[in-house]
Amino acid sequence: MTRQRPRLAVWKFASCDGCQLSLLDCEDELLAVAGAVEIAYFPEATRGAVRGVYDVSLVEGSITTPHDAARILDVRRRSRQLITIGACATAGGIQALRNLADVREYTAIVYARPDYIQTLATSTPIAEHVSVDFELRGCPINKRQLLEVLAALLAHRRPVTPAHSVCMECKARGNVCVMVAQGTPCLGPVTHAGCGAICPAYARGCYGCFGPMEMPNAPSLSEHLAALGMDRATLARFWRSFNAHAAPFREEAHRHDD
Amino acid sequence: MTTKTIKVNYLARVEGEGGLRVVVRNGVVTKAELSIFEPPRFFEAFLRGRAFSEAPDITARICGICPVAYQMSAVHAMEDALGVRVTGALRALRRLLYCGEWIESHALHIYLLHAPDFLGYAGAIDMAREHRALVETGLGLKQAGNAILTLLGGREVHPINVRVGGFYRTPSRRELAPLAERLERAREAALATVRWAADLDFPERRHDYHFVALRHAAEYPFNEGRIVSSRGFDLSPAEFEDSFEEDHVERSTALHAHLKADGSSYLVGPLARYSLNFDRLSPLAQAAAREAGLGATCANPFQSIVVRAVEVLYACDEALRIIAAYEEPDHPSIPLTPRAGIGHAATEAPRGLLYHRYRLTEDGAIAEARIVPPTSQNQASIEADLKNFVGGWLDLPEEELRHRCEQTVRNYDPCISCSTHFLHLELDRG
Repeated sequence: MTRQRPRLAVWKFASCDGCQLSLLDCEDELLAVAGAVEIAYFPEATRGAVRGVYDVSLVEGSITTPHDAARILDVRRRSRQLITIGACATAGGIQALRNLADVREYTAIVYARPDYIQTLATSTPIAEHVSVDFELRGCPINKRQLLEVLAALLAHRRPVTPAHSVCMECKARGNVCVMVAQGTPCLGPVTHAGCGAICPAYARGCYGCFGPMEMPNAPSLSEHLAALGMDRATLARFWRSFNAHAAPFREEAHRHDD
Repeated sequence: MTTKTIKVNYLARVEGEGGLRVVVRNGVVTKAELSIFEPPRFFEAFLRGRAFSEAPDITARICGICPVAYQMSAVHAMEDALGVRVTGALRALRRLLYCGEWIESHALHIYLLHAPDFLGYAGAIDMAREHRALVETGLGLKQAGNAILTLLGGREVHPINVRVGGFYRTPSRRELAPLAERLERAREAALATVRWAADLDFPERRHDYHFVALRHAAEYPFNEGRIVSSRGFDLSPAEFEDSFEEDHVERSTALHAHLKADGSSYLVGPLARYSLNFDRLSPLAQAAAREAGLGATCANPFQSIVVRAVEVLYACDEALRIIAAYEEPDHPSIPLTPRAGIGHAATEAPRGLLYHRYRLTEDGAIAEARIVPPTSQNQASIEADLKNFVGGWLDLPEEELRHRCEQTVRNYDPCISCSTHFLHLELDRG
């Protein structure tokens, strides 16, 4: 029996291109992936026009312009399944720091002619605009997890990407806890697993690039961080980076604003 | 009057979003415009108020293809502001990390993005159906670069191990040993890549570019050097803004850089670096370049694929040299004391000179940030190339003409994510 290969599209909104690059970084698997799915639209990698409907769309980037707010609706209409890849698409990304500021002031800092720039006041995740079937975390995503998403898609099952904390991966890796042993501030206890606990393995604290885990106890971690000597302003900044707009991190940062 | 417009609405195989519009009047190209509609992300604005130590992780997110370049320009600018210098093994490890990014980024461009233009495919996946071994060679080479990034940086995209003052953790000699074995194989593949690229069919197109690149007393440039040019510039990174400036044009969310003195365009990237630093390449890379038919300079942008291959060969050679000479440092980073000041740095991203400037307050917070990426510096040269070259192709069938225009842009490996701080083609024949 021959089955038609699922048609895959890769879309980009406001982002650094790093998450879609993760697909090309699957050097050992890329050609096998390209054999199992039809890569029908992937402008970073191949020429070819937008045509018809896709079985699965991987969406990178956040919504920051009126044009993109309209474009994501079209992408949703063309996609049987829509999967967001990375912190921008899933939580608004580092560019969501504008959500706390006056975007007109930001435009004036960077651009000589702010009147040439069309931008929204906020950077928002895809799920605030359209329904999303699955969200893959990370800044950037982990390529093993991306392959798991594609394998699950082919097997018609749910991807296995545990929502527990980085601490679990850190223990499994056999790292010594950087916070307990060295007093290094670490967001591992509240951060979504998926990276493989690389920061603690390199003797630094987690900076939360995979965003909040399921049910994080952020206020409790703030107390520990304060006990390590972190002042309020630094704490607010610590919670506000690549997933600043994700609710648990956003609210915890806000508690430390003066 | 006969007029024609060529338009490419979304240029493929470039990193980011952009378009291209060429206007032809009576057989003469009157205008060639590159538009960048990558949405602005305002890095220079939200860096204000962040700690100096956060700049390498934050600026890495400007570009997922060359995050190391951003990290390197950031750490060197911060160290300049704080009045410290990283030397010895830590300095060597930074060069090693940069070798990894050059190999990864250049191999991606040579094999997956640029080669399909020369061999007539829509992309590498299509190309792999008939040239599987070629694509596999490219992927293997790319993987060798990523192996450096993963070991030394923690991961391929947005490495986590770089900090102002050095690293969080430095590798042991034993950890680097398997990397060396892999790089020896990669060096063979890189040599084969130079020979393969040399035999491609290049349009004979040249331009009298004003090349701008770093130049170091002894090394092919990565992190350090004077900013020199083919027309006699010799500047410290702190003098960059005295000679170069950026303009904001209506069609783009990226700024356009040019010479302050006369508004003219200049070129950064592999051709400039190679043409200003041929004598600093390793003997093996020099010999391979000569064998490939390159002179000590190269002004044909279509041959940039050969120059990139020579640079990949050099990066493999240099990485092996660094690993062989490596002595584990006593500390993974040097101590830093926050202070008020201004720091500048320029490093060589795979796509060319990347300039950062920061002003810090007494407590080490960023008061002002300025970032000038390579693609915004090359936009004027890309437009000049189109204006110069398209005239000779106007008799080609529409699809082929469009393709040639796209290729002219892809010669630059433009990284549009960076330059918005790339492509729709519109050809207006009237």
